[in-house]
Amino acid sequence: MASIATPAVTDTQGMNYLVSLPRRIVTVWIPLLVFLIVLLFPFYWMAITAFKPDDELLSRTGNPFWVHDPTLAHVRKLLFDTGYPDWLWNTILVSVVSTVLSIFCSVLAAYAIERLRFRGARYVGMSIFLAYLVPPSILFIPLAAMVYKLHLFDTRLALILTYPTFLIPFCTWLLMGYFKTIPLELEECALIDGANRWQILSRIILPLAVPGLISAGIFAFTLSWNEFIYALTFISSSEVKTVPVGVVTELVEGDVYHWGPLMAGALFGSLPVAILYSFFVEYYVSGLTGAVKE
Amino acid sequence: MASFAARLQDNRNALGALFLLPAAVLLLVFLTYPLGLGTWLGFTDAKIGRAGEWIGLGNFEFLWNDSVTRLALFNTIFYTTVASVIKFGLGLWLALILNQHLPFKGVLRAIVLLPFIVPTALSAIAFWWIYDSQFSIISWLLQRMGLIHQYIDFLGDPWNARFSTIAANIWRGVPFVAITLLAGLQTISPSYYEAASLDGATPFQQFRHVTLPLLTPIIAVVMTFSVLFTFTDFQLIYVLTRGGPLNATHLMATLSFQRAIPGGSLGEGAAIATAMVPFLLAAILVSYFGLQRRAWQQGGKD
Repeated sequence: MASIATPAVTDTQGMNYLVSLPRRIVTVWIPLLVFLIVLLFPFYWMAITAFKPDDELLSRTGNPFWVHDPTLAHVRKLLFDTGYPDWLWNTILVSVVSTVLSIFCSVLAAYAIERLRFRGARYVGMSIFLAYLVPPSILFIPLAAMVYKLHLFDTRLALILTYPTFLIPFCTWLLMGYFKTIPLELEECALIDGANRWQILSRIILPLAVPGLISAGIFAFTLSWNEFIYALTFISSSEVKTVPVGVVTELVEGDVYHWGPLMAGALFGSLPVAILYSFFVEYYVSGLTGAVKE
Repeated sequence: MASFAARLQDNRNALGALFLLPAAVLLLVFLTYPLGLGTWLGFTDAKIGRAGEWIGLGNFEFLWNDSVTRLALFNTIFYTTVASVIKFGLGLWLALILNQHLPFKGVLRAIVLLPFIVPTALSAIAFWWIYDSQFSIISWLLQRMGLIHQYIDFLGDPWNARFSTIAANIWRGVPFVAITLLAGLQTISPSYYEAASLDGATPFQQFRHVTLPLLTPIIAVVMTFSVLFTFTDFQLIYVLTRGGPLNATHLMATLSFQRAIPGGSLGEGAAIATAMVPFLLAAILVSYFGLQRRAWQQGGKD
């Protein structure tokens, strides 16, 4: 992506002298600033509420955009009086296991579709893409019925087994695009040298597809971390809940909303994905745009 | 055994099937089968813990005459249309801004995508607090500016609630549209713009006759996804309003959840979910092929 973008940027700059600075401020900088403020404000508000004492939260006087007397009371309540640590652990466990499982299945499937070219590979590729278009909101009811029948209700395994339904199609599609860019000659040389398919996949294709694997892994991890409707439907005990569902269902008690702990819960549930994403943002963006453009 | 392994090596079809097996088993069991099961459940009177009897179109007849379902259908279409149009407009605008020569490009792009990364349920909680009827920061600010005298009841009034949830959906969706359209913009060769400006085209004409036609294929794909996600939205509504006030914000997805899981009528919920499918297909066909044809008419690649 970046390699295509660079020349375009340096070239358009060549014509920029035609646009005066005041004009650029009005057409570019002010709208950009407004966009950034609106896009970031909810996070700022989440963070600032998490550290505000209750009397500041509920007063209409003073400057609400700043904390005058920061407190850790909300965080302490969240960590010691609620099931938050359990939810965090469940979310990590479910996300990691379902990501690893999905990547394993997707690598094999994408390699088979893209490189083995068995009979019907094209149709399998198309149906994988169609599977990606099936939204969870029309699957959760029959899946709930299945989860009951299989005695998986209220277990982490229910989530680990159902998350791949949206992870595998996406990761396979993304990896197919990556495998396509690896020269076929490399594989042919290896075949002539007597390597079998498994060796080709593990020693040649996978090392070359590391960026693709990272994109797919990050995507799968964030998608499972953010999943809501399955976790809401298949889980009922607090100890097995994930962070998004736990925060929404357990921290809201009656009519008195504990905004501090709620926002702290939202903040600490968002931070892990935000941090992970900020390290690999290039892979994430290339995965997102690559998968859409395919 | 060794010869069996060797034969398998040579047979692309057998090897392909073997490699596909893990993915196929998971998808067939937990995606294809439930898809069929869901459609079947829609024609039964299944309850939680009780297998249903086939009742034909009974659920659909009931839902057709059910005012709440009709309202949910209206809400879903309204929500999807308004949110998608605004997401497209703002997303395209943001993409065009980010495509300018700016310092800290990478950082800006990373920041812009942030609302799309964090769990929707959690950012919705932040919006819930922002929309609070007594302590809303928006009301506080507007009151300070002297624009309103009373705090706005964002989620308590039907139309306010509709627009508040749409605003939150737009906030979450704009980054996705903007970043993908930005990727599309960056593939347009700058020589087209040079040629156009030498021919005396104004910036608007350049946008209208160079940018837009070349961007149409990716717009089609992005908007198809956007419509799909918005039409089936669940989390945002569930967290912000649970469908209230007076069912004014119930979408098909939240209504089917409410009827099926807390309400226990699996069959009825499944029927609502099944009823979404034709609308989804229509939305996909309109946004995908509609825009594809325009690309073709304007001489874009097929």
